[in-house]
Amino acid sequence: MKIKRRDFLKGAAGCGVLAAVGQPTFAKAEIKERLPGALGFLYDSTLCIGCQACMVGCKKANDMPVESSDLLPIWENPRDLSAKTLNIIKKYENGTGTNKDQETDGFAYVKRQCMHCADPGCVSACPVSAMRKNPDTGVVTYNKDACIGCRYCQVACPFNIPKFEWDSAFPQIVKCQLCSHLLVKGEIPGCCSLCPTGATVFGPTNELLAEAKRRQQMDPGKYYDFPVSSLDSGKIFSREAASYVPQIYGENEVGGTQVIMLAGIPFSKLGLPELPEKSYAATAENIQHTLYKGMIVPIIALAGLFYFVNRSQNDKD
Amino acid sequence: MSEAKPVGGKVFTGPFLFFLIITLIGIYFLSKRFIFGIGAVTNMNDGFPWGIWITYDVVVGTAFACGGYSMALLVYAFNNGEYHPLVRPALLASMFGYTLAGVSVFIDIGRYWQIYNVFLPWYTNFNSVLLEVALCIAVYIGVLWIEFSPTFLEAKSGTKSKVNKLMIFFIALGILLPTMHQSSLGSLMILAGNKLSPLWWTPMLPLTFLISAITMGYTVVIFESTISSLGFKRPFETNILTKLSLVIPILLVIFLVIRFGDILMRGQLGLAFNGDLQGNMFLLENILHILPLVILASATNRKSAKMLFLSACFLMLGGLLFRFNTYLIGFNPGEGFHYFPAIGEQFITYTIISAEILLYMIFVKKLPVLSGHGQAKV
Repeated sequence: MKIKRRDFLKGAAGCGVLAAVGQPTFAKAEIKERLPGALGFLYDSTLCIGCQACMVGCKKANDMPVESSDLLPIWENPRDLSAKTLNIIKKYENGTGTNKDQETDGFAYVKRQCMHCADPGCVSACPVSAMRKNPDTGVVTYNKDACIGCRYCQVACPFNIPKFEWDSAFPQIVKCQLCSHLLVKGEIPGCCSLCPTGATVFGPTNELLAEAKRRQQMDPGKYYDFPVSSLDSGKIFSREAASYVPQIYGENEVGGTQVIMLAGIPFSKLGLPELPEKSYAATAENIQHTLYKGMIVPIIALAGLFYFVNRSQNDKD
Repeated sequence: MSEAKPVGGKVFTGPFLFFLIITLIGIYFLSKRFIFGIGAVTNMNDGFPWGIWITYDVVVGTAFACGGYSMALLVYAFNNGEYHPLVRPALLASMFGYTLAGVSVFIDIGRYWQIYNVFLPWYTNFNSVLLEVALCIAVYIGVLWIEFSPTFLEAKSGTKSKVNKLMIFFIALGILLPTMHQSSLGSLMILAGNKLSPLWWTPMLPLTFLISAITMGYTVVIFESTISSLGFKRPFETNILTKLSLVIPILLVIFLVIRFGDILMRGQLGLAFNGDLQGNMFLLENILHILPLVILASATNRKSAKMLFLSACFLMLGGLLFRFNTYLIGFNPGEGFHYFPAIGEQFITYTIISAEILLYMIFVKKLPVLSGHGQAKV
């Protein structure tokens, strides 16, 4: 007895098409929203004076070594985030570079560190849950005791944030964890506490979003009060509002992030990627869960295969 | 059933020594990697956290090791017993391919001493595609050794072992598991998102990777059979390969229709003609898929051992490039990151390949793997 190969192929092709077509319909329901208690900070590039106090605060708070990419310890050191630097201020420059927050003939600063995504790629990627999203604060943390060093989190991060200790025999992944060790003590992240101008201000993400929207309504050139360190610190810095680009970076990118940013020039100029509203993690997980349906599909498939293999053996006997 | 016999002959031949030397050089670089860290021997970096060890040794390596899977699918699921003589050598190649992919993972991961964490329920993350790949491949390596085990027993006892119900379960598992992880090897790169060129980034990745892997399986069987015939001076198995090769153009048409249909629907085909490295590699990848399709569409070509081998070579390169493109060439993390494998890194990959060839040579000489006649009866 022979099964009709044509029928089998038809069935197999049908399954493939169904699986492929089924994905978009499942996609919407799965998007992970920001947690109500999400914590983060607002970085306002127009308030940043490039003093790098946040970098010092970060190094101190996390016991990280000083790092120099070049021989001379000039301003541009280190050049980028690394396994020794969790937080960095970078500079955009164009033409004469004289006017702050101007795209042509101007300059602008940008702060880079973990964005603490609402639906983080690294958390979805990690096979051993070494990357975890705190269920209350939404802060993305790393656990070296779970980590196997596969570096899929690095592949999965749209911002290239997790770094790996390439030159260690016993390496770890290193990333900003929003100073979780300080948060539990009621303190705020090192970068926020040392920022003198309120460019980096800590708070619950929904309040930060409201603050960002307030700033975008300001009249450029007029004086306003800006909270320093954290939204509820009571410390105020008063200065003229700059003119902002309309985008709040992190409001919608890859499903939203807990760290959000304002700037005077387009974010693409500051080296931030243009990202869709739906997280890649949601896309990947939908496909996987649609195909597998909690391992029910593979088990049915295994039973079917057992039947066919058994029959092919009986035919022979 | 096939009357598989050991090929016999000396183990220490010229080619054997060549591959042995490469393996020894690789062992030097391996010790460097474990003493000084991955950065000491590789050019991988925070932008390109995966290099050729993952791309070649694991992703391409297991696709090339799909012979056992593809043949099992044909022989057992589609009940085509006539191909049985091709199963054992295919299984052997699969067993080594997958086992060495497992070894490569161990070399590649930074915190290898905690590798067992993937089996600990309190650590497992069921949203992780990589967890599925890891568990699936780990189990499949075991399944392959079990599937191959009758060969050891036959070599010892001299009698043919019978297939029992437990073995049927393992054969069924041996078809299911690669279906799962070969598609998931495509799904893995969905998370790369904006970093992967739209020529390769698509929610269709699991489907195209699966079809490609099955195609690779049949292709490798043709390749490996021809090389074995030449290397061990045995008659060509052209008749049976001719029949088998008909599957390949069918699979290729399905693959190419999905591939191009998807790219056209997303409106990204223009990227192919940018004249940059990614565009050119996309074109080359597809030429290497279309050429064997054209060759094997002709019945006359399918009867020629030369043409079969030629198209197998094209297609293996095509499948290799499809995977390199998806994992490395189409991948651009931005921020000025670059990657080209370092010498030591390359040698460790060569070692994996050499070890595979060495073991294959020893096994077919000492164990009943290859069928006694060019045209074994079913």
